[in-house]
Amino acid sequence: MSLADERKALICLIAELLRGSNHVAVGAASPIPGAAALLAKAVWGSPRFVNILGSVSNNFFTGGGGELFDCAAQGRIDAFFLGGGQIDGGGNINLMGRGEYPHVAPRWPGTFGSAYLYFLIPKVILFREEHSKRTLVEKVDFISAPGTSDEKTYRKGGPYGLLTSKGFFLFDKDRKRFRLESVHPTSSLEDILDNTGFSFDYADTVPQTAPPDPILLAALEQEVQSKVAEVYPNFADSIFANTAENA
Amino acid sequence: MLTEDYVVTIDEIAAAVPDGAKLAIPADYAGVSMAATRALIRRKVKDLHLIGTPTCGLQGELLIGAGCVSKLESSALTLGEYGPAPQFTKAVRDGSINLVDATCPAIHAGLQAAQKGIPFMPLRGIIGSDILGHHPDWKTIQNPFSEEEDPIVAIAAIKPDIALFHAPLADREGNVWVGRKRELINMTHASKHAFVTVDKISETNLFDDETMAAGILPALYVGKICEAPGGSWPLPFWYGGKEDGDHLRTYMQMAQSDEGFSDYLDQYIFAEGTRT
Repeated sequence: MSLADERKALICLIAELLRGSNHVAVGAASPIPGAAALLAKAVWGSPRFVNILGSVSNNFFTGGGGELFDCAAQGRIDAFFLGGGQIDGGGNINLMGRGEYPHVAPRWPGTFGSAYLYFLIPKVILFREEHSKRTLVEKVDFISAPGTSDEKTYRKGGPYGLLTSKGFFLFDKDRKRFRLESVHPTSSLEDILDNTGFSFDYADTVPQTAPPDPILLAALEQEVQSKVAEVYPNFADSIFANTAENA
Repeated sequence: MLTEDYVVTIDEIAAAVPDGAKLAIPADYAGVSMAATRALIRRKVKDLHLIGTPTCGLQGELLIGAGCVSKLESSALTLGEYGPAPQFTKAVRDGSINLVDATCPAIHAGLQAAQKGIPFMPLRGIIGSDILGHHPDWKTIQNPFSEEEDPIVAIAAIKPDIALFHAPLADREGNVWVGRKRELINMTHASKHAFVTVDKISETNLFDDETMAAGILPALYVGKICEAPGGSWPLPFWYGGKEDGDHLRTYMQMAQSDEGFSDYLDQYIFAEGTRT
């Protein structure tokens, strides 16, 4: 399975997770989630609304940069994506850097809207392709946004699941832990145990992640391809290159 | 009555930004005045306090690398797909700039408080994030309308001296058209005034066309305007301009070392005949 095919499978998997949503927002530098939202909208008309930050044609906000956050606070956004240079077993994410703040090395771009949106959007899907002990850690060095909050803190949203290049975890809000839901065909439970820095729950037999629906894959490679290229040109070149060669 | 001459040269804009100014700048996709940024570096401006609204990118990276910045207040500094910003990364490692790390809606809220002339704006979320304890201007307070314990974060007003950005169009009377990029209007309302570079100067008053009125930043808030076609280069522009990917990749290669960065400045900013 080539990297491009693996990425297409991830896009299809995320599209399935978004089905049934009304409004999905996607950050500026998130090509795989962005492609998934465009795909789900194209195939099912659901989500009905997709807003991609930084895009012109896939962004209908007219109220300025703050409108996204106002929408989130009012419950008008159903799903969003966050990543992180580090993600820990409690769903805490670190977008700041490794080491002791502020003199972290490396320094990553910064917290963006995560310290707010994680609290307010019901279905936050954590997405990080690199699945290693470097990225999936026991405890993050800096909490950009916490996975859970105490009772008295206003919180309407939080982590729904964690998707990596090796598998998909669901977040159990009561146990405040991840549970391995499925293992991608390119990996195995042993591989995931070896490469995950935090402990997580899993069943005796963890199912393999289902292959992408051929209808979704076809739509991605046909009608959705140009939409993805409008927003993420470099990414589109990287995943659709082999399609062009085979055509 | 004398009418103020709004339209000036790029060097006059740079000269009007004093050392130590608190400068509000937009995210890389919202219309960055790279033309003014290069002029600021040429004038060797010092001790800027940048406010990324709500993030910044190449503009912050270049100003930091050129030694023009003492404080960066932003929710992120990102060069997107091009990778980690080399000069910013180095400045953080060396501790050569003061960092005030925020989260996007808090920057918007702080500017909004300034727009309204009030001391702070309360905002949900944030509690439990490590940025809260490190931020000098945020405090957790009790929701005064709740009987229950309900902590909420108060974001102090952010009052920039100057909002600096690039827009498609202005007229000679000082009105600037920003379309639906309303964060440019918000950040200007919060600031003392805006300095704006534009692709084009209209010879007629922008208010003559009522369909444009909702997207106009009125002259009341505007300080200076400079005609600088393509002034967001090499960044993308929401009004028709694509990013110059080849140039950005060249920058990324050159900026990995101090020598390379200095060559970049010489070649693309200081040399005679470089782009405004």
